[in-house]
Amino acid sequence: MNNFFKNNWWKLLGVLLILYSIIAGFLIDIPEVQGNIGQSMRNLFFHVVMWFAMMVMFGTSLVRSLRYLSTFDIKHDVYAIETVNVGLFFGVLGIITGMEWANFTWGTPWTNDPQLNGAAITILAYFAYLVLRRSIDEENKRARIGAVYNIFAFVMLIVFIGILPKLASGSLHPGAGGSSSTVNSLDFTMRLVFYPAIAGWIIIGYWLTGIRVKMDFIRQHLDNPE
Amino acid sequence: MLLSEIKFLVLKDIKLEFKQRYAINGILLYVVSTIFVSYLSFARIIDPATWNSLFWIIMLFAAVNAVSKSFVQESTSRQLYYYTVTSPQAIILSKMIYNFVLMGVLSLLCLVVFTALMGGFVVNYPLFISALLLGSFGFASSLTMISAIASRTNNNFALMAILSFPVVMPLLLILMKVSSAALNAGTVSGNMNFLAALFMLNAIVIAMSYILFPYLWRD
Repeated sequence: MNNFFKNNWWKLLGVLLILYSIIAGFLIDIPEVQGNIGQSMRNLFFHVVMWFAMMVMFGTSLVRSLRYLSTFDIKHDVYAIETVNVGLFFGVLGIITGMEWANFTWGTPWTNDPQLNGAAITILAYFAYLVLRRSIDEENKRARIGAVYNIFAFVMLIVFIGILPKLASGSLHPGAGGSSSTVNSLDFTMRLVFYPAIAGWIIIGYWLTGIRVKMDFIRQHLDNPE
Repeated sequence: MLLSEIKFLVLKDIKLEFKQRYAINGILLYVVSTIFVSYLSFARIIDPATWNSLFWIIMLFAAVNAVSKSFVQESTSRQLYYYTVTSPQAIILSKMIYNFVLMGVLSLLCLVVFTALMGGFVVNYPLFISALLLGSFGFASSLTMISAIASRTNNNFALMAILSFPVVMPLLLILMKVSSAALNAGTVSGNMNFLAALFMLNAIVIAMSYILFPYLWRD
Protein backbone atom coordinates (compact mmCIF):
# COMPACT_ATOMS: atom_id res chain seq x y z
CA MET A 1 0.00 0.00 0.00
CA ASN A 2 2.80 2.34 0.98
CA ASN A 3 4.65 1.51 -2.20
CA PHE A 4 1.54 2.20 -4.23
CA PHE A 5 1.40 5.78 -2.96
CA LYS A 6 5.13 6.20 -3.37
CA ASN A 7 4.89 5.42 -7.09
CA ASN A 8 1.55 6.99 -7.89
CA TRP A 9 1.26 10.10 -5.73
CA TRP A 10 1.67 12.35 -8.78
CA LYS A 11 -1.35 10.84 -10.49
CA LEU A 12 -3.43 11.57 -7.41
CA LEU A 13 -2.00 15.10 -7.37
CA GLY A 14 -3.06 15.57 -11.01
CA VAL A 15 -6.61 14.39 -10.32
CA LEU A 16 -6.88 16.63 -7.25
CA LEU A 17 -5.54 19.67 -9.12
CA ILE A 18 -8.06 19.22 -11.91
CA LEU A 19 -10.93 18.64 -9.49
CA TYR A 20 -9.82 21.78 -7.64
CA SER A 21 -9.67 23.79 -10.86
CA ILE A 22 -13.16 22.67 -11.92
CA ILE A 23 -14.79 23.31 -8.54
CA ALA A 24 -12.96 26.54 -7.79
CA GLY A 25 -13.28 27.62 -11.42
CA PHE A 26 -17.03 27.69 -11.06
CA LEU A 27 -17.21 29.01 -7.51
CA ILE A 28 -14.66 31.83 -7.11
CA ASP A 29 -15.54 35.46 -7.63
CA ILE A 30 -14.11 36.80 -10.84
CA PRO A 31 -13.71 40.49 -11.60
CA GLU A 32 -16.26 42.23 -13.82
CA VAL A 33 -15.06 42.25 -17.42
CA GLN A 34 -16.09 44.86 -19.96
CA GLY A 35 -18.03 43.73 -23.00
CA ASN A 36 -20.07 40.59 -23.41
CA ILE A 37 -17.49 38.17 -21.99
CA GLY A 38 -18.90 38.42 -18.46
CA GLN A 39 -19.03 35.16 -16.55
CA SER A 40 -17.88 33.19 -19.62
CA MET A 41 -14.40 34.39 -18.56
CA ARG A 42 -14.36 31.21 -16.46
CA ASN A 43 -13.73 29.27 -19.66
CA LEU A 44 -10.13 30.49 -19.29
CA PHE A 45 -9.61 27.70 -16.75
CA PHE A 46 -10.58 25.10 -19.33
CA HIS A 47 -9.90 26.48 -22.81
CA VAL A 48 -6.57 28.31 -22.41
CA VAL A 49 -5.24 25.51 -20.22
CA MET A 50 -5.71 23.04 -23.10
CA TRP A 51 -3.27 24.96 -25.31
CA PHE A 52 -0.63 25.04 -22.60
CA ALA A 53 -1.00 21.29 -22.05
CA MET A 54 -0.93 20.65 -25.81
CA MET A 55 2.26 22.66 -26.36
CA VAL A 56 3.97 20.88 -23.45
CA MET A 57 3.03 17.53 -25.01
CA PHE A 58 4.33 18.55 -28.44
CA GLY A 59 7.50 19.94 -26.87
CA THR A 60 8.05 16.62 -25.07
CA SER A 61 7.52 14.84 -28.37
CA LEU A 62 10.19 17.03 -29.97
CA VAL A 63 12.67 16.13 -27.23
CA ARG A 64 11.86 12.42 -27.66
CA SER A 65 12.37 12.66 -31.43
CA LEU A 66 15.71 14.38 -30.95
CA ARG A 67 16.75 11.67 -28.52
CA TYR A 68 15.60 8.98 -30.95
CA LEU A 69 17.81 10.40 -33.68
CA SER A 70 20.81 10.49 -31.36
CA THR A 71 20.36 7.02 -29.81
CA PHE A 72 18.15 5.06 -32.28
CA ASP A 73 16.39 3.52 -29.29
CA ILE A 74 12.83 2.62 -30.39
CA LYS A 75 11.50 3.42 -26.90
CA HIS A 76 11.91 7.15 -27.57
CA ASP A 77 9.94 6.84 -30.78
CA VAL A 78 7.00 5.21 -28.98
CA TYR A 79 7.02 8.11 -26.51
CA ALA A 80 7.22 10.63 -29.38
CA ILE A 81 4.11 9.27 -31.12
CA GLU A 82 2.08 8.83 -27.94
CA THR A 83 2.79 12.35 -26.66
CA VAL A 84 1.58 13.62 -30.05
CA ASN A 85 -1.61 11.57 -29.69
CA VAL A 86 -2.29 13.02 -26.25
CA GLY A 87 -1.37 16.52 -27.43
CA LEU A 88 -3.83 16.23 -30.30
CA PHE A 89 -6.51 15.14 -27.84
CA PHE A 90 -5.92 18.35 -25.86
CA GLY A 91 -5.81 20.35 -29.09
CA VAL A 92 -9.20 19.07 -30.23
CA LEU A 93 -10.66 19.81 -26.79
CA GLY A 94 -9.12 23.28 -26.99
CA ILE A 95 -10.71 23.90 -30.40
CA ILE A 96 -14.12 22.72 -29.16
CA THR A 97 -14.05 24.84 -25.98
CA GLY A 98 -12.73 27.78 -28.00
CA MET A 99 -15.47 27.54 -30.63
CA GLU A 100 -18.09 27.37 -27.91
CA TRP A 101 -16.61 30.48 -26.29
CA ALA A 102 -16.21 32.35 -29.57
CA ASN A 103 -19.80 31.58 -30.50
CA PHE A 104 -20.91 33.16 -27.23
CA THR A 105 -18.73 36.27 -27.18
CA TRP A 106 -18.03 37.03 -30.85
CA GLY A 107 -21.21 35.52 -32.29
CA THR A 108 -19.47 33.06 -34.61
CA PRO A 109 -17.57 29.83 -33.92
CA TRP A 110 -14.67 30.71 -36.24
CA THR A 111 -13.13 34.06 -37.10
CA ASN A 112 -10.07 35.01 -39.09
CA ASP A 113 -7.86 35.52 -36.07
CA PRO A 114 -4.10 34.80 -35.85
CA GLN A 115 -4.45 32.65 -32.74
CA LEU A 116 -7.18 30.53 -34.29
CA ASN A 117 -5.27 30.06 -37.51
CA GLY A 118 -2.09 29.20 -35.65
CA ALA A 119 -3.92 26.56 -33.64
CA ALA A 120 -5.57 25.12 -36.76
CA ILE A 121 -2.28 24.86 -38.65
CA THR A 122 -0.57 23.25 -35.65
CA ILE A 123 -3.25 20.58 -35.40
CA LEU A 124 -3.16 19.98 -39.18
CA ALA A 125 0.61 19.51 -39.06
CA TYR A 126 0.38 16.88 -36.35
CA PHE A 127 -2.46 15.03 -38.08
CA ALA A 128 -0.20 14.98 -41.14
CA TYR A 129 2.49 13.48 -38.90
CA LEU A 130 0.10 10.66 -37.95
CA VAL A 131 -0.75 10.01 -41.62
CA LEU A 132 2.96 10.01 -42.49
CA ARG A 133 3.65 7.35 -39.87
CA ARG A 134 0.77 5.17 -41.01
CA SER A 135 2.12 5.09 -44.55
CA ILE A 136 5.48 3.51 -43.66
CA ASP A 137 5.49 -0.18 -42.77
CA GLU A 138 8.98 -0.83 -41.56
CA GLU A 139 9.41 0.07 -37.89
CA ASN A 140 12.85 1.67 -37.83
CA LYS A 141 12.32 3.59 -41.05
CA ARG A 142 8.98 4.88 -39.72
CA ALA A 143 10.62 5.99 -36.48
CA ARG A 144 13.45 7.79 -38.27
CA ILE A 145 11.35 9.58 -40.89
CA GLY A 146 8.68 10.43 -38.33
CA ALA A 147 11.32 11.98 -36.08
CA VAL A 148 12.70 14.08 -38.95
CA TYR A 149 9.25 15.44 -39.84
CA ASN A 150 8.42 16.03 -36.18
CA ILE A 151 11.50 18.21 -35.68
CA PHE A 152 11.11 20.04 -39.00
CA ALA A 153 7.41 20.77 -38.46
CA PHE A 154 7.84 21.85 -34.83
CA VAL A 155 10.45 24.46 -35.71
CA MET A 156 8.34 25.78 -38.61
CA LEU A 157 5.29 25.99 -36.34
CA ILE A 158 7.20 27.96 -33.70
CA VAL A 159 8.28 30.37 -36.44
CA PHE A 160 4.70 30.52 -37.70
CA ILE A 161 3.19 31.26 -34.30
CA GLY A 162 5.95 33.81 -33.69
CA ILE A 163 5.44 35.85 -36.86
CA LEU A 164 1.70 35.40 -37.36
CA PRO A 165 0.50 38.15 -34.96
CA LYS A 166 2.90 40.63 -36.60
CA LEU A 167 1.34 39.97 -40.01
CA ALA A 168 -2.25 40.31 -38.88
CA SER A 169 -3.88 43.66 -38.43
CA GLY A 170 -4.94 42.79 -34.89
CA SER A 171 -6.37 40.00 -32.85
CA LEU A 172 -9.71 39.54 -31.14
CA HIS A 173 -7.90 37.76 -28.35
CA PRO A 174 -6.90 39.96 -25.41
CA GLY A 175 -3.32 41.20 -25.53
CA ALA A 176 -2.93 40.94 -29.32
CA GLY A 177 0.57 39.76 -30.13
CA GLY A 178 0.83 36.75 -27.85
CA SER A 179 -1.04 34.92 -25.16
CA SER A 180 1.53 35.82 -22.50
CA SER A 181 -0.02 39.25 -22.06
CA THR A 182 -3.36 37.55 -21.38
CA VAL A 183 -1.75 35.85 -18.43
CA ASN A 184 0.13 38.95 -17.30
CA SER A 185 -3.06 40.95 -16.86
CA LEU A 186 -4.82 38.18 -14.92
CA ASP A 187 -6.46 38.86 -11.63
CA PHE A 188 -4.70 37.27 -8.63
CA THR A 189 -7.55 34.97 -7.59
CA MET A 190 -7.87 33.76 -11.16
CA ARG A 191 -4.19 32.90 -11.21
CA LEU A 192 -4.72 30.75 -8.13
CA VAL A 193 -6.97 28.54 -10.24
CA PHE A 194 -5.29 28.99 -13.63
CA TYR A 195 -1.77 27.76 -12.77
CA PRO A 196 -2.88 24.66 -10.81
CA ALA A 197 -5.19 23.79 -13.72
CA ILE A 198 -2.24 23.90 -16.15
CA ALA A 199 -0.12 21.73 -13.84
CA GLY A 200 -2.99 19.27 -13.38
CA TRP A 201 -3.66 18.81 -17.08
CA ILE A 202 0.05 18.39 -17.85
CA ILE A 203 0.27 15.66 -15.20
CA ILE A 204 -2.81 13.95 -16.66
CA GLY A 205 -1.20 14.24 -20.09
CA TYR A 206 1.93 12.44 -18.92
CA TRP A 207 -0.20 9.81 -17.20
CA LEU A 208 -2.19 9.20 -20.39
CA THR A 209 1.05 8.99 -22.37
CA GLY A 210 2.43 6.43 -19.93
CA ILE A 211 -0.67 4.24 -20.24
CA ARG A 212 -0.64 4.43 -24.03
CA VAL A 213 3.08 3.58 -24.18
CA LYS A 214 2.49 0.52 -22.00
CA MET A 215 -0.37 -0.51 -24.30
CA ASP A 216 1.94 -0.20 -27.29
CA PHE A 217 4.60 -2.38 -25.69
CA ILE A 218 2.01 -5.03 -24.75
CA ARG A 219 0.61 -4.99 -28.27
CA GLN A 220 4.09 -5.38 -29.75
CA HIS A 221 4.78 -8.25 -27.37
CA LEU A 222 1.54 -10.00 -28.38
CA ASP A 223 2.34 -9.58 -32.06
CA ASN A 224 5.76 -11.23 -31.85
CA PRO A 225 6.19 -13.07 -28.57
CA GLU A 226 9.58 -14.54 -27.83
CA MET B 1 34.90 19.24 -51.90
CA LEU B 2 31.25 19.82 -50.99
CA LEU B 3 31.01 22.71 -53.46
CA SER B 4 32.39 20.71 -56.36
CA GLU B 5 30.03 17.85 -55.54
CA ILE B 6 27.07 20.26 -55.46
CA LYS B 7 28.11 21.85 -58.76
CA PHE B 8 28.40 18.45 -60.38
CA LEU B 9 25.03 17.26 -59.09
CA VAL B 10 23.22 20.44 -60.17
CA LEU B 11 24.72 20.19 -63.65
CA LYS B 12 23.70 16.53 -63.75
CA ASP B 13 20.09 17.43 -62.91
CA ILE B 14 19.99 20.20 -65.52
CA LYS B 15 21.50 17.97 -68.20
CA LEU B 16 19.03 15.22 -67.35
CA GLU B 17 16.23 17.75 -67.63
CA PHE B 18 17.36 18.94 -71.06
CA LYS B 19 17.66 15.38 -72.24
CA GLN B 20 14.20 14.23 -71.12
CA ARG B 21 12.45 17.60 -71.15
CA TYR B 22 9.11 16.26 -69.95
CA ALA B 23 9.23 17.43 -66.34
CA ILE B 24 9.79 21.11 -67.02
CA ASN B 25 7.48 21.22 -70.03
CA GLY B 26 4.83 19.39 -68.05
CA ILE B 27 4.98 21.82 -65.18
CA LEU B 28 5.00 24.89 -67.43
CA LEU B 29 1.95 23.57 -69.24
CA TYR B 30 0.34 22.87 -65.87
CA VAL B 31 0.76 26.51 -64.83
CA VAL B 32 -0.52 27.90 -68.11
CA SER B 33 -3.56 25.59 -68.08
CA THR B 34 -4.39 26.46 -64.47
CA ILE B 35 -4.22 30.16 -65.24
CA PHE B 36 -6.35 29.64 -68.32
CA VAL B 37 -8.95 27.73 -66.31
CA SER B 38 -9.13 30.55 -63.78
CA TYR B 39 -9.31 33.07 -66.63
CA LEU B 40 -12.30 31.23 -68.10
CA SER B 41 -14.04 30.99 -64.74
CA PHE B 42 -13.30 34.53 -63.50
CA ALA B 43 -13.36 36.30 -66.90
CA ARG B 44 -11.63 39.41 -65.56
CA ILE B 45 -10.60 40.26 -62.02
CA ILE B 46 -11.33 43.77 -60.88
CA ASP B 47 -9.99 43.76 -57.36
CA PRO B 48 -6.32 43.45 -56.29
CA ALA B 49 -7.01 41.29 -53.22
CA THR B 50 -8.57 38.53 -55.35
CA TRP B 51 -5.78 38.84 -57.92
CA ASN B 52 -3.22 38.41 -55.15
CA SER B 53 -4.76 35.36 -53.50
CA LEU B 54 -5.48 33.61 -56.80
CA PHE B 55 -1.90 34.20 -57.97
CA TRP B 56 -0.38 32.73 -54.83
CA ILE B 57 -2.73 29.76 -54.68
CA ILE B 58 -1.74 28.87 -58.25
CA MET B 59 1.92 29.35 -57.32
CA LEU B 60 1.53 27.10 -54.26
CA PHE B 61 0.02 24.21 -56.20
CA ALA B 62 2.47 24.59 -59.07
CA ALA B 63 5.36 24.55 -56.59
CA VAL B 64 4.10 21.42 -54.85
CA ASN B 65 3.72 19.70 -58.22
CA ALA B 66 7.08 20.83 -59.57
CA VAL B 67 9.17 19.98 -56.53
CA SER B 68 7.43 16.69 -55.65
CA LYS B 69 9.23 15.03 -58.56
CA SER B 70 12.72 15.77 -57.30
CA PHE B 71 13.31 12.53 -55.41
CA VAL B 72 10.69 10.25 -56.92
CA GLN B 73 12.03 10.25 -60.45
CA GLU B 74 15.25 8.51 -59.47
CA SER B 75 15.28 4.77 -58.97
CA THR B 76 16.37 3.13 -55.72
CA SER B 77 19.45 1.60 -57.29
CA ARG B 78 20.60 4.96 -58.63
CA GLN B 79 20.05 6.53 -55.20
CA LEU B 80 22.17 3.76 -53.72
CA TYR B 81 24.88 4.70 -56.20
CA TYR B 82 24.78 8.36 -55.11
CA TYR B 83 25.04 7.21 -51.53
CA THR B 84 28.35 5.55 -52.25
CA VAL B 85 29.91 8.45 -54.16
CA THR B 86 28.60 11.68 -52.57
CA SER B 87 27.68 13.12 -49.20
CA PRO B 88 23.99 13.51 -48.29
CA GLN B 89 24.47 17.24 -47.71
CA ALA B 90 25.62 17.68 -51.31
CA ILE B 91 22.51 15.84 -52.54
CA ILE B 92 19.99 17.96 -50.63
CA LEU B 93 21.74 21.28 -51.37
CA SER B 94 22.07 20.47 -55.07
CA LYS B 95 18.40 19.50 -55.27
CA MET B 96 17.48 22.79 -53.58
CA ILE B 97 19.54 24.82 -56.04
CA TYR B 98 18.10 22.95 -59.01
CA ASN B 99 14.56 23.43 -57.70
CA PHE B 100 15.26 27.11 -57.11
CA VAL B 101 16.21 27.54 -60.77
CA LEU B 102 13.07 25.62 -61.77
CA MET B 103 10.85 27.66 -59.46
CA GLY B 104 12.41 30.93 -60.61
CA VAL B 105 11.57 30.19 -64.24
CA LEU B 106 8.14 28.94 -63.24
CA SER B 107 7.23 31.97 -61.12
CA LEU B 108 8.33 34.50 -63.74
CA LEU B 109 6.34 32.66 -66.42
CA CYS B 110 3.38 32.53 -64.05
CA LEU B 111 3.61 36.30 -63.51
CA VAL B 112 3.77 37.04 -67.25
CA VAL B 113 0.87 34.76 -68.22
CA PHE B 114 -1.23 35.76 -65.22
CA THR B 115 -0.75 39.48 -65.95
CA ALA B 116 -1.55 38.97 -69.62
CA LEU B 117 -4.79 37.11 -68.97
CA MET B 118 -6.04 38.52 -65.69
CA GLY B 119 -4.85 42.10 -66.02
CA GLY B 120 -1.86 43.79 -64.40
CA PHE B 121 -2.38 44.99 -60.86
CA VAL B 122 1.23 45.21 -59.75
CA VAL B 123 2.21 48.81 -59.00
CA ASN B 124 5.73 48.26 -57.66
CA TYR B 125 7.45 45.67 -59.87
CA PRO B 126 10.87 45.62 -58.10
CA LEU B 127 9.17 44.80 -54.80
CA PHE B 128 6.89 42.18 -56.34
CA ILE B 129 9.70 40.45 -58.22
CA SER B 130 12.03 40.39 -55.22
CA ALA B 131 9.21 38.82 -53.20
CA LEU B 132 8.60 36.37 -56.04
CA LEU B 133 12.25 35.31 -56.19
CA LEU B 134 12.63 35.00 -52.41
CA GLY B 135 9.35 33.06 -52.44
CA SER B 136 10.64 30.73 -55.16
CA PHE B 137 13.71 30.10 -53.08
CA GLY B 138 11.60 29.43 -50.00
CA PHE B 139 9.22 27.10 -51.84
CA ALA B 140 12.17 25.29 -53.40
CA SER B 141 14.03 24.72 -50.13
CA SER B 142 11.15 23.74 -47.85
CA LEU B 143 9.37 21.61 -50.45
CA THR B 144 12.60 19.82 -51.39
CA MET B 145 12.94 18.66 -47.80
CA ILE B 146 9.27 17.62 -47.66
CA SER B 147 9.57 15.75 -50.95
CA ALA B 148 12.58 13.91 -49.54
CA ILE B 149 10.40 12.84 -46.60
CA ALA B 150 7.42 11.94 -48.79
CA SER B 151 9.55 9.94 -51.24
CA ARG B 152 10.38 7.46 -48.45
CA THR B 153 6.74 6.50 -47.98
CA ASN B 154 4.28 4.30 -49.86
CA ASN B 155 1.90 6.96 -51.19
CA ASN B 156 4.12 9.95 -51.76
CA PHE B 157 1.87 12.12 -53.94
CA ALA B 158 -0.97 12.45 -51.44
CA LEU B 159 1.49 12.87 -48.59
CA MET B 160 3.47 15.56 -50.39
CA ALA B 161 0.45 17.87 -50.24
CA ILE B 162 -0.59 17.24 -46.64
CA LEU B 163 2.92 17.39 -45.26
CA SER B 164 3.85 20.55 -47.10
CA PHE B 165 0.85 22.82 -46.43
CA PRO B 166 1.48 23.39 -42.71
CA VAL B 167 5.18 23.88 -43.38
CA VAL B 168 4.91 26.42 -46.22
CA MET B 169 2.09 28.38 -44.58
CA PRO B 170 4.35 30.92 -42.79
CA LEU B 171 6.18 31.55 -46.06
CA LEU B 172 2.94 31.94 -48.02
CA LEU B 173 1.42 34.40 -45.54
CA ILE B 174 4.50 36.68 -45.59
CA LEU B 175 4.60 36.49 -49.38
CA MET B 176 0.94 37.49 -49.68
CA LYS B 177 1.55 40.37 -47.28
CA VAL B 178 4.51 41.70 -49.29
CA SER B 179 2.86 41.23 -52.64
CA SER B 180 -0.34 42.93 -51.53
CA ALA B 181 1.88 45.88 -50.56
CA ALA B 182 3.37 45.74 -54.05
CA LEU B 183 -0.16 45.91 -55.50
CA ASN B 184 -0.93 48.98 -53.40
CA ALA B 185 2.12 51.15 -54.10
CA GLY B 186 4.22 49.91 -51.18
CA THR B 187 7.98 50.49 -51.38
CA VAL B 188 10.94 48.14 -51.08
CA SER B 189 12.34 50.04 -48.11
CA GLY B 190 8.95 50.07 -46.39
CA ASN B 191 8.73 46.29 -46.62
CA MET B 192 12.34 45.57 -45.76
CA ASN B 193 11.39 43.76 -42.52
CA PHE B 194 9.13 41.33 -44.40
CA LEU B 195 11.83 40.65 -47.00
CA ALA B 196 14.30 40.08 -44.17
CA ALA B 197 11.80 37.69 -42.52
CA LEU B 198 11.55 35.75 -45.80
CA PHE B 199 15.32 35.57 -45.99
CA MET B 200 15.56 34.35 -42.40
CA LEU B 201 12.90 31.73 -42.97
CA ASN B 202 14.93 30.37 -45.90
CA ALA B 203 18.05 30.28 -43.75
CA ILE B 204 16.25 28.28 -41.05
CA VAL B 205 14.87 25.78 -43.57
CA ILE B 206 18.26 25.26 -45.23
CA ALA B 207 20.06 24.83 -41.91
CA MET B 208 17.52 22.28 -40.72
CA SER B 209 17.59 20.35 -43.99
CA TYR B 210 21.38 20.28 -43.85
CA ILE B 211 21.25 18.71 -40.38
CA LEU B 212 18.24 16.41 -40.81
CA PHE B 213 18.59 15.08 -44.36
CA PRO B 214 21.40 12.58 -43.56
CA TYR B 215 18.91 10.75 -41.29
CA LEU B 216 16.43 10.36 -44.16
CA TRP B 217 19.02 9.30 -46.62
CA ARG B 218 20.51 6.16 -45.14
CA ASP B 219 18.39 3.03 -45.19
